[in-house]
Amino acid sequence: MAKEITLGQYYPVDSPIHRMDPRTKLAGTIIYIVALFIAEGPLAYVLSAAFLFWGIKVSRVPLNYMMRGLKPIIMILLFSAVFNLFLVEGTPIVKIWRLTITWEGLFRAIYMSIRLVFLIMASSLMTFTTTPNQLTDGLEVGLAPLKKIKVPVHEIAMMMSIALRFIPILVDETDKITKAQTARGADFENGKLIERVKNMIPLLVPLFISAFRRASDLAMAMEARCYQGGEGRTKMKPLRYTKLDRNGYLALFAYLMVIILLKIFL
Amino acid sequence: MSMIKIKDLIYNYIKHDEEGNVAEENRALDDVDLKINEGEFVAILGRNGSGKSTLAKHMNGLLLPSEGAIWISGMDTADEDKLWKIRQTAGMVFQNPDNQIIGSVVEEDVGFGPENLGVPTEEIWQRVEKSLEEVGMIAYRKSSPNRLSGGQKQRVAIAGVMAMKPRCIILDEPTAMLDPNGRSEVIRTVRELNQLEGITVVLITHYMEEAAHADRVVVMKHGCKMLEGSPREVFAQVEVIKDSGLDVPQVTELAYRLRKRGLDIPEGILSTQELTDALKAAYTGCTSR
Amino acid sequence: MHVPVSERSDMKMSACSRCRMTKRVGSREKTARQKGRYMAIRLEHVSHIYNEGTPMERVALNDVSLEINDGEFIGLVGHTGSGKSTLIQHLDGLLRATSGKIYYNDEDIYREHYPMRELRGKVGLVFQYPEHQLFEADIFTDVCFGPKNLKLSKEEIESRAKEALEAVGMDESYYRRSPFELSGGQKRRVAIAGVLAMKPEVLVLDEPTAGLDPKGREEILQEIRSLNEEQGITIVLVSHSMEDVARYAKRMIVMNKGSVMFDGTPAEVFAHHRYELEDIGLGVPQVTRVMESLEKAGIPVKTGAITLDEAETEIARVFGLN
Repeated sequence: MAKEITLGQYYPVDSPIHRMDPRTKLAGTIIYIVALFIAEGPLAYVLSAAFLFWGIKVSRVPLNYMMRGLKPIIMILLFSAVFNLFLVEGTPIVKIWRLTITWEGLFRAIYMSIRLVFLIMASSLMTFTTTPNQLTDGLEVGLAPLKKIKVPVHEIAMMMSIALRFIPILVDETDKITKAQTARGADFENGKLIERVKNMIPLLVPLFISAFRRASDLAMAMEARCYQGGEGRTKMKPLRYTKLDRNGYLALFAYLMVIILLKIFL
Repeated sequence: MSMIKIKDLIYNYIKHDEEGNVAEENRALDDVDLKINEGEFVAILGRNGSGKSTLAKHMNGLLLPSEGAIWISGMDTADEDKLWKIRQTAGMVFQNPDNQIIGSVVEEDVGFGPENLGVPTEEIWQRVEKSLEEVGMIAYRKSSPNRLSGGQKQRVAIAGVMAMKPRCIILDEPTAMLDPNGRSEVIRTVRELNQLEGITVVLITHYMEEAAHADRVVVMKHGCKMLEGSPREVFAQVEVIKDSGLDVPQVTELAYRLRKRGLDIPEGILSTQELTDALKAAYTGCTSR
Repeated sequence: MHVPVSERSDMKMSACSRCRMTKRVGSREKTARQKGRYMAIRLEHVSHIYNEGTPMERVALNDVSLEINDGEFIGLVGHTGSGKSTLIQHLDGLLRATSGKIYYNDEDIYREHYPMRELRGKVGLVFQYPEHQLFEADIFTDVCFGPKNLKLSKEEIESRAKEALEAVGMDESYYRRSPFELSGGQKRRVAIAGVLAMKPEVLVLDEPTAGLDPKGREEILQEIRSLNEEQGITIVLVSHSMEDVARYAKRMIVMNKGSVMFDGTPAEVFAHHRYELEDIGLGVPQVTRVMESLEKAGIPVKTGAITLDEAETEIARVFGLN
């Protein structure tokens, strides 16, 4: 089941977007989302769509692969659409029982849905084209100003990258523990909710103990390899902006400007 | 100067109760003396709980002696200013391959140590490449560690230590969780590093076969040094070894039993070839008489 | 082989509760059991394909047919990825074959409404890492987990737990200790007891000695042997050590690339297939090689010894030692 979720996974192909600096992609995603919320009117939306699909094309991530990432949010999408459809006041189109659908509501529902879909697709585009390590590196540098107000940016980034490394290991371990306990007659599938929660104990206890053990082993291994926090560390793969990033930023700002101009003048 | 010098080392594991008082004191190491020379390959054997892993953790400054002292290349591990230099000089590989790999890509993991040491970027790349070549894992540099076999993961861990340019590697039961193929892979790699790069190796294990190639073997029991000597000298003591809860290779035990039954063959036979030669000599002696 | 109950008074209790558990099966079983050649598990053309129909597709078992008879001690060998772990997970229904059939005591375990949970009580599976199954606050309660899942009475659960812990050599002073404070070998024993308490007829152990030191390995294997010899439990032992298989198993199954490559007594397999075994990275016990080397050197020994004792006896014979 977990394997079907494509959201947040890395898609390993080579493309200009893959080669961009993670900071550019992080900033780009934020800029794009901001622009989405500024955008008004059909023209602005058409432009946003064009910009997004152009990005996807350049990234060489198959469109249907990206669409699969939308599956988990279909429910949220429907809910917000229905909510807008019925609750926005304005010129009525039809009246069903006590609920009225208005023109304004219809437009709002369409815009909101498009916004949400684009938002998810833009962030998936970032995760599909950036390895987890690059992402944490990007975050570490991007959040560096927060160090001034004593936010442990390096530690947060290190924790993220370790978590990303250990998630597959723990998933695998969960599977093994489940099997070991099922072999002892444990039942993880049937029963009432409270029973099922109780039945999880034979799974959770070994899993937590193992996770703690791994954490303490890992801490010792890191210490043995002279890890002493972020201070004085160098980078094997330091982040460097290239021409690609300059072009990326230029395209992004141009797009943002057009969206703002459209909002002001239309 | 010896690479590692241990003098009168005592270590007590102290267990605290809920109020923080000392509840139990267990002596894990009891008055251990040991010298390991530059370039040597030393195997430390012992049952689980014999104190061999505790000893290993002292060699990297992960544990500090309760009494006595230990010097790595002349640096006292109790000297806090030298701690990082000690850890760089004497690198450590642990038992569980998964729990010591930090990076999500092989080459990034190997680069972790040099990054911590503040090595310039370009040199990190050179070191990473060289270390991965030394352990024969260069083809996997872009792989995720999760896709490697146990033996391959341990080789990556060894490369991670090599990239710190140590003079000594301490391996704490690196093969305990591996299958036979993985075990021989790791032992071969370690022997190569010792012979080709001149790295001092301290191998902690409970597999006797792995100790057969060492220059020197130390057998531990209840926190004390029981036996010390060349593999041949140590393996001749079949009774003492079995008494320590260890085992000798089948061929060694076979030779020992035959010798005990009056066959005239030398002590401490280590390989099939040696036993064949010895028995052949004895047989010709037998028939010509 | 199975020892008749009347001959061993200390076994009465275990034999009785065993009958109670299996009384659904008719008397035919009992007579067959006494003969010791009853087919406990039968696999017919079993294949297992992981991720079928995806690019990650991998055939783990390829048309495996075999029979596991009552009272046998089987050594299952094969290098990592040969399919042996997949195979043992089929024996108690944890994995379902992609195709093929499995019978337990002549009953198709894939038929509708087959009592899977009961099967898991009868075919006990002990995985490699005891850490994956120990979870209760004390050892005794942990061992009770299996029988509790079989919905037995409190007395029965406790008497089974006691019996199981006794069988693996953990005495009463340990009962209230936390399983997490034990040594590796003790954890392994408690894990085995946790499965034994379900009174399995077949006990499948996945590398029960991995990570243990030689003394610990020896002790566990001795206990497994006595479960087989004294309680008549069928044993399937997955092992990487040819020496251990030679010494303990009476039948040896070699897996390679998802298929059964050899199946016979260890003596037969090691004597006739040395090079094939070496090709797939397994090899033969060191003493077997020693004997071959001696023969080549012109010493008139009979080859084919697979244990130290056999080799010693044979060499002593040739040299006329007493």
